[in-house]
Formats: sequence, C-alpha cells, structure tokens
Amino acid sequence: MKKLLYGFLAVVIATSLSSCGYNSSVKLDEKVKAQWGEVENQYQRRADLIPNLVNTVKGVSNFEKETLTQVIEARAKATSVQVDPTKLTPETIQKFQASQGQLSQALGRLMVVSEQYPQLKANQNFLELQAQLEGTENRITVARRDFNQAVQEYNTNIRTFPNNIFAGMFGFTAKGSFAAEAGAEKAPEVKF
Amino acid sequence: MKKILLLILITLFTFSGFSQNFPAQPSTLVNDYTGTLSPEQINHLEQKLVAFDDSTSIQVTVVLIKSLDGYEVNDYAYQLGRAWGVGGKEKNTGVVLLASLGDRKITIQTGYGMEGALPDAITKRIIENEIKPNFKQERYFEGLNAATNAIIAYTKGEYKNDKPIKGKGRGFPVGLVILIIIVIIILGVSKGGGGNGGRSVIGGRGAADLVWWSMLAGMGRGGNSGWGGGSSGGFGGGGGGFGGGSFGGGGSSGSW
Repeated sequence: MKKLLYGFLAVVIATSLSSCGYNSSVKLDEKVKAQWGEVENQYQRRADLIPNLVNTVKGVSNFEKETLTQVIEARAKATSVQVDPTKLTPETIQKFQASQGQLSQALGRLMVVSEQYPQLKANQNFLELQAQLEGTENRITVARRDFNQAVQEYNTNIRTFPNNIFAGMFGFTAKGSFAAEAGAEKAPEVKF
Repeated sequence: MKKILLLILITLFTFSGFSQNFPAQPSTLVNDYTGTLSPEQINHLEQKLVAFDDSTSIQVTVVLIKSLDGYEVNDYAYQLGRAWGVGGKEKNTGVVLLASLGDRKITIQTGYGMEGALPDAITKRIIENEIKPNFKQERYFEGLNAATNAIIAYTKGEYKNDKPIKGKGRGFPVGLVILIIIVIIILGVSKGGGGNGGRSVIGGRGAADLVWWSMLAGMGRGGNSGWGGGSSGGFGGGGGGFGGGSFGGGGSSGSW
C-alpha cells in the first residue's frame, strides 16, 4: 500500500513539474547555453584572426604603431574576459560586450588607417583577412541575435504565470542579453 | 466589443505582415523577382544548379530582388536562407546568392555546412572577379552564370559522395588493405616465431587465416553497400524543394 502511495506521489510530482514549466525551463536554459557557445565561438574566431592580421600589417613599412598596439591590447583584454555559461547574468554579459566592443573599435580604427596604405590594398593576404574579418563580424551579429532571441524566450517563459512561482525555487533566474548597438560599438566597417 | 475585436485582428495582421518580409518559399532554385532575366536564362541557371544539387546535395539559390527594404544585404540574405531553408537540414549545405538591383548590392551567404568549402575569402573573390565587372555593365545573367560556375568549381571537391548511392567498390579497398596488413603481420610473426621444423604447419595456418580474414572482409563489404543504398537520391525535402538548412552569417557582400 505504501509503495503504491509513493508511486502515485512520484507521478503527481512528475506531472506537476512539467506543468509548472520545469521541463520547458530546462530546455530553454540549455538552448540559451548553446547559443552562448556560438557567440563565444564567433568572438573567438575573430580573436584568432587578429594575430595574422597584425603580422600582415606589420610587414608594411612605417605602419602606425599605435593602432597596432591598441588592437593587440584590446584583444588581450577581450580574450581575458571569460563568461561562465551557467552565470549569464546581465552584468557578465555587459562586461563581455564592453570588452569585445573595445576590440571592435580598435579593429575599426586599424581598418580605417589601413586604407591609407596602397601596399595593403594590393596585398592578397590582407584582402583575404579583411574578407574573413567581415564575414566573422556578420557571424557575430547573427550569433548575438540568436542568443538574444533564446534569452528572450527563456526570460518570457520563467516570468509568465505559473512558471514565475516555481522558477525561483528551481534556480531559474533571468538572463542578460546583448544591448543594442550604440554608435561606438558598431562593427568595424570594412569597405572596398 | 466588435470594434475591439476588429482592432485586435488588424494589429495581428499588420504584425504578421511585418514579419513576413520575404517572398514565399519557391520551388525553384533560381528566383528572379525583378523580371531581369529571360526565361531561357533562368532555365539555364536552374538546370545547372539542380544538377549540381542532385550530385552533391549542395543547394545554391539565386535570388534577384528589387529592394532590400532597408535591410543590410547580408542580413536579408541569411534570414531569407533560413526562412526558405536552403540546403539540407542535417548538413546545412546551402548557398544564397542574392542581388538587390535597386540597391546595387550583392551577397553570397553560406550555410553552416558550407563555410569550409566556400570560405569568406573565396566568396569575396567571386564577388570581386565574377559579379562586379559584369554587373557594372548590367550583364546580370553573365555575372550570375560566372558566379555560379565559380561556386560549383570551388565546392566540387567537397561532399562529392554525399547524396548519390555509395559505390559498391568503395568499401572494398579499405578491407583489402586491412587484409593485406593483417596477412603481412601474421606472416611476419609466424616467420619470426617459427623454427625450422614448424614452417609448413605455420604456413598452413596462415592460409586458413587468409580465408578467414577474407570472409570477414567480405562481410564488412556487404554491410557497407547495404548502408549506402539506404540514402539514395532526391532533394533534401523530398518534395522537390528546399531542405531546411540554416545560415549563420558566413559569406561576403559588396556593391557594384
């Protein structure tokens, strides 16, 4: 008899858990994490392109040293900011975005300055790196948009009734997303 | 009450209209919404791309539109690629070649699975070398034809044996190589370990092993061909359309 009661209880708990949105919260939580992985991936891709880019630009005589060091420093800073995917709070996202934004700016400057060097424009290696960088910036934009979408879905889910009652209990807290681009944070324009 | 209902309906419709900026999913790979290409030209491109899709399962779609409605060209193209589901769903091997004649903007967007075969540097090169010179002189068909040829040429190396039925002989060489290696090892071991007297006995065992291993290899071969036969031909979606591939912003764009 006792066993039957326990079994019944287990069934009730299982169904009530799914009805209070526990399962859907977990699913959306995992989706957010996956999308975050994609965001980090694409930023990493950009960071990986930079050493090559710096080396290519260095090869050009009397290239402005200051712009180069700014890029190198910004890259070092940006790669040092790591985000734990289980703690995607608004603050950590903001910090991440700020550090990556600095790198975007430095890169943008580098691209503008490189316009003044005709040797670079004729350099096949540089042109390919430029194309890769452009594609990577696009990928970052897409990854960030997908991430924001996943976060929005997740946040909506945990804040609507009746999930909002249980979300806190199970440790589902609202996650942060990327803020809209202010002028300064815009991706470097790579123009031909 | 009726008014409120009407209001809700109107807002609903305007919203759904807003989100559906893209043309409905077509059943062809070449889609000219500007009326620039002649039917023969469209047919030529279509046949080439369908044949390419059939042999490699890479879907290259060519889209000509009048205006981007204020979108960035790469934004528009990757979202269109997602909305239509260009490319196979599992491998995401789709390519969107989109030109907006009103904005004079062109982009080549690669699906997730195409980023290796068609890196950004290559798409950029195609735009620079094939598209721009032709488009500047309003030779749109020539530009698109050359660009699709280039895409096909660059990607032909990859995914070659993806969709078509896997050849029966394909698994064979691997089995044979393994067999030969094993035979060599066995012979080597037996030679090394065997004394003077035991040679003929060991030789006999070696022969038995050979039969045994070739049987094994034969079994492996049979399994392979059966597995390959399961995935035969056709479009990703089955109904002769797009397969549900997704895009991540890879590729390049430019203006002419």
